[in-house]
Amino acid sequence: MIELPPPKPETLAARPRLIAGLRALVPEDGVIAEALCLKPYETDGLAAYRQVPLAVVLPETTEQVAAVLRFCHENGVRVVPRGAGTSLSGGALPLADAVVVGLMRMNRILDINYADRYAVVQAGVTNIGITDAVRERGFFYAPDPSSQLACMIGGNVNMNSGGAHCLKYGVTANNLLGLRIVTIAGEILEIGGTHLDAAGYDWLGLLTGSEGQLAIVTEITVRILRGPEGARAMLAAFRANEVAGACVDAIIASGIIPVALEFMDRPAIHACEAFAHAGYPLDAEAMLIIEVEGSAAEQDDLLGRIRAICERFDPISLKVSQSAEESAAIWKGRKGAFGAVGRISPDYLCMDGTIPTSRLPEVLRRIGEMSESYGLKVANIFHAGDGNLHPLIMFDANDPESFHSAETFGADILKLCVEVGGCLTGEHGVGVEKRDLMPVQFNARELDQQRRIKTAFDPDWLLNTAKVFPLKPDIAHAA
Amino acid sequence: MQTNFTPEQLRDPDIKVSNQVLRTCVHCGFCTATCPTFVLLGDELDSPRGRIYLIKDMLESGRAASEEVVLHVDRCLSCLSCMTTCPSGVHYMHLVDHARTYIENTYRRPWHERALRGLLAQVLPRPKLFRLALIGARFARPLRGLVPRRGMFGKRLAAMLAMAPVKLPPSAIERPASHPASGPRRQRVALLAGCAQQVLDPAINQATIRLLTRLGVEVVVAEGAGCCGALTHHMGHHAAAMAAARANIAAWSREIEGEGLDAVIINASGCGTTVKDYGFMFRAEPEPWRSRAARIAERALDISEFLTRLDYRPSRPPPGIKVAYHAACSLQHGQQITAAPKALLRTAGFAVVEPREGHLCCGSAGTYNLLQPDIATRLQARKLANIAATGAELIAAGNIGCLTQLAGGELPVAHTVQLLDWMAGGPAPPGITQKSVITQK
Ligand code: SF4
Ligand code: SF4
Repeated sequence: MIELPPPKPETLAARPRLIAGLRALVPEDGVIAEALCLKPYETDGLAAYRQVPLAVVLPETTEQVAAVLRFCHENGVRVVPRGAGTSLSGGALPLADAVVVGLMRMNRILDINYADRYAVVQAGVTNIGITDAVRERGFFYAPDPSSQLACMIGGNVNMNSGGAHCLKYGVTANNLLGLRIVTIAGEILEIGGTHLDAAGYDWLGLLTGSEGQLAIVTEITVRILRGPEGARAMLAAFRANEVAGACVDAIIASGIIPVALEFMDRPAIHACEAFAHAGYPLDAEAMLIIEVEGSAAEQDDLLGRIRAICERFDPISLKVSQSAEESAAIWKGRKGAFGAVGRISPDYLCMDGTIPTSRLPEVLRRIGEMSESYGLKVANIFHAGDGNLHPLIMFDANDPESFHSAETFGADILKLCVEVGGCLTGEHGVGVEKRDLMPVQFNARELDQQRRIKTAFDPDWLLNTAKVFPLKPDIAHAA
Repeated sequence: MQTNFTPEQLRDPDIKVSNQVLRTCVHCGFCTATCPTFVLLGDELDSPRGRIYLIKDMLESGRAASEEVVLHVDRCLSCLSCMTTCPSGVHYMHLVDHARTYIENTYRRPWHERALRGLLAQVLPRPKLFRLALIGARFARPLRGLVPRRGMFGKRLAAMLAMAPVKLPPSAIERPASHPASGPRRQRVALLAGCAQQVLDPAINQATIRLLTRLGVEVVVAEGAGCCGALTHHMGHHAAAMAAARANIAAWSREIEGEGLDAVIINASGCGTTVKDYGFMFRAEPEPWRSRAARIAERALDISEFLTRLDYRPSRPPPGIKVAYHAACSLQHGQQITAAPKALLRTAGFAVVEPREGHLCCGSAGTYNLLQPDIATRLQARKLANIAATGAELIAAGNIGCLTQLAGGELPVAHTVQLLDWMAGGPAPPGITQKSVITQK
């Protein structure tokens, strides 16, 4: 189990008073304090790490969030923000002396402006919820993390989430215009606006990806884009992981930017096909989902050129989706991929690192070798186009030994990413999971600078502490 | 997900199954977003993942169910939207069924809860009794104003009175009989005549029988078959549910062993989900029940599924009506039947539209609208608003619960099979006047 800072005895001792204080700030059923009801809040999408919090608060407005934060600040109580609880890096893992502030009740769309192409939404709106709200008018919100069905936009901002289509449209940071945030002292601030590039320092850039450590985001102004004329996906099946990896590199090197370029290996193909019935090639060792968009002529041209490149890599099959339903099934499988691995293994650790695409074949080979030596199976699913790897290490949580090796194996993969010139995290954030690996990527001074930014916003380190930075600064300095 | 059962606990066959279900859940949280109660209440505890966690804790501890667990499990609609969404294939239905039985066995509800649940479990599955109750409720309708509007008791009473149709259809409870195919017999099926449905709307069974016999199918309403057991099953009354299921299994097995059955047809999809689960419910029963139950479950088909295997053709010209197809949860999630009813309605000549948020429950959910009137009413309003936004003139659905829940609004409602029968030569469904149709043209 991951090490967490010792709870503050004074907070634990004041629990009844704190809970009574919180109850005065939010509607009746908005404070959860019974031991049994706190249990389901002890973890998020990274279920291997668990810690029951002091209490959970479910505010319904920005003002209530501000009141709760002010109260916690005055009482020196730690706070852990939570959205849908789908984080794969333990971003919403509670602390024993922390109040979890859940934003799930703030799920309203406040404003949609088609003329200026933006939408203002509350933090608890799901990612797909934004697209659903504007779809009828032919618009969409571009970043599409695999968990887009469930994950909330507030969490996307905090983790700077990506997704399959970010290859073309950029990640969350590239699709934000403004934020309404609440500082730990309970001040409500507006950042950015409804247009690109606000005056002054780029506060938006600083807040995006800050993992809930600088402020709580309650409202977000996002760009909405007009949907393409059309899109088509192609499934390309290959005889080996490295071959598919080399093909990815060849496509990117040719200068073609498909709208999405996704990789899945054999275990992933089989698990996802069982869920989505998308017609994935079950005889393949590895498969690419390559999507192009534009007018029919544009699509034909791009698919033709991509097909020609794929053919150089001796594919088992190349299949272009023939209908909207077929494309939907193809994406349903890919987006459900992590969960689908639950069909073949009771538990998994989902890694998230980024590498230069030219090193794909080599990294895939080395992950395969590590899998052999650790005796743990891996399913590889990732955004190949931008080199964002998601190896899923399968283990059995009922066997502590197996969990321990999975953790070490995961750390080795991430070190490998840094070694080949990539980085520790693509889109899931550092969270608690990769916290202790930060010194692999940053030296002591770099870490220190980042800590100072955190201190500037939150001098007492109350907001989502125990994440992102190694617990003990000296560990970092020694590295 | 990690579980903590002792080897001793795992010897219990029910715990063993639930452990399997729990281990399949990877805690990804996808299911939360499509759960109606999470969408409304915004609390992990009212999401599938939260309920799974609460149930896991309850079963692992072996303690009696606590008030909190009961609250959140009771709020679950059993709509099974979470199962459609779950990429990992978690069988939530079996887990929550186990939890409900566990709750009934270990938790003592307040007296008025027990009284109400006992009453529903006694009355609803018995058509004659239910009809009498509805007649009583009809006379009580004018007294609605006297019912307290606040408090759970008043709300539930109001919900029950609202359920009684203003005009109760004439009694037409299907008696055991065989309805011969018109023309050469192509198939022979048993029809689950059901319980509450035939009291609330006997026209559904009549339309089913007309349509099937016209298509060359002999339809048997088997002697001894009755309620499928779903009503009591979902209240956690295990013994009563098993008894109802056993009676059906016996009745249909006699038919299979006699003249033979090609299928058991169900036209109330809530019942269909349960009949299709008979094999699982009887998994630990002695033979011959186990294999009989499995055999029935294999043959169980929703009417829309069965019709796609026949050559359904309309005989009337296209009616020019825009129909909002409301996907009943038991059909779309419980049985994963999504395309067939829409395709059939289109074949029949209707213009079919699908409301937004089609995956969300309308709040009917068996006895849910009576037991949880607050949530049920919010879901009902949301559903009706989404349907209204389509501009449809008529609502079609394949489940009596939904039809009752959605009736009484702006638009008339009809069972899919009634519309199909109408276009194939049957009468227009009651409540849908020819006039309204003609003016729409
Ligand atoms: S979607 Fe399935 S695996 Fe994921 S949390 Fe829900 S039940 Fe568990
Ligand atoms: S059955 Fe329906 S109400 Fe119950 S947890 Fe699943 S989605 Fe939610």
